[in-house]
Amino acid sequence: MPLYGTALLAGCHLLGIFLGELLGRLLGVPANVGGVGIAMLLLIAVRWHGHARGWLAPRSEEGVKYWAALYIPVVIAMAAQQNVLKALSGGPMVVLAAVLAVLACTSIAAWINRHEPAAAAPVAEIS
Amino acid sequence: MVETLLQKLAVENGLVLSFAIIGLVVLFSEVVARQLTRGRVQGSALAILIGLTLAYVGGRLTGGNKGLADVSYFSGLALMGGSMLRDFAIVATAFEVHPTEAKRAGWMGAIALGLGTIVPFIIGVGTAYAFGYRDAISLTTIGAGTVTYIVGPVTGTAIGASSEVITLAIASGVFKAILVMVTTPMLAKFMRLGTPRSAMVFAGLAGTVSGVSAGLAATDRKLVPYGALVATFHTGVGCLVCPSIFFFVVRALFPAHS
Repeated sequence: MPLYGTALLAGCHLLGIFLGELLGRLLGVPANVGGVGIAMLLLIAVRWHGHARGWLAPRSEEGVKYWAALYIPVVIAMAAQQNVLKALSGGPMVVLAAVLAVLACTSIAAWINRHEPAAAAPVAEIS
Repeated sequence: MVETLLQKLAVENGLVLSFAIIGLVVLFSEVVARQLTRGRVQGSALAILIGLTLAYVGGRLTGGNKGLADVSYFSGLALMGGSMLRDFAIVATAFEVHPTEAKRAGWMGAIALGLGTIVPFIIGVGTAYAFGYRDAISLTTIGAGTVTYIVGPVTGTAIGASSEVITLAIASGVFKAILVMVTTPMLAKFMRLGTPRSAMVFAGLAGTVSGVSAGLAATDRKLVPYGALVATFHTGVGCLVCPSIFFFVVRALFPAHS
């Protein structure tokens, strides 16, 4: 049943966010430290285990894949509620800081990626 | 009477209405991208631009800070595009991650994450200095805001910055996130974005989940989970080092005059 997949996803999401909050507290930071990333790692592990032991039915996986497919629409809704007005009215310092930061980081990313070892293959199909 | 009925319908079915509206935006963008640009511009890139434009219009109409979601008819967008569903959808994309690819590039992503925190911070501090700020608290807060728009206010509050400075820090972060959303598809070739490793490097450097997730969505959907895996650590790392180590360094460099 697809709901099993969605429930599994929800479980990983909640546990990951909780661990991220906990990690933040332990480090003395008022923020979630990598909660979503931890949730993703949990889901990767669960899927790997489910495939290896054969308890994860393809029908259940659909309950996760549907949400992954909703990702882009959700991001568009996110874009529609950004505080664009504030960002544009921040004045020259805000614009300069942001533009320079993006330029610098883009250049560093370009430099690192141009030195990528040839062994790294392009994104393979999902098995 | 019809108007009150419609408003009631819209408010009580906010999330469902959002699905319909975003569906139309996506459909429109796909058609325009295919017909007018012959697929040279990704449909999702266009859809994100439309979303940002609508956010601007919403901000203009209401004076609020949640873009189009502040218009009562479209309040459901706040739920659909809010952090809960956004993070839920991001976690779901982990199903598409190849563990071996992610593991191979993991350390590279971590290095990029470090650079992506230090470099924007230095640029933010430098820009604030150029604009006349000399006290360590303001310099650090604006530098932190340039890392992400959450790190800015968290740092500013922790070290006691003024509310104007915190506002500027948030604005820098939001502007940077929007800039990343818009420019990533244009700069994708220059950055050689195409492999899981390159996406992880990019995500570590560019920072902010919103900027990276939208930027990669507009570039190549397959790269999203790899980028998200790294970007979600950005705010946490920033909140960890900015009010502590970075603040101490800035305070040592710019000792208070008063």
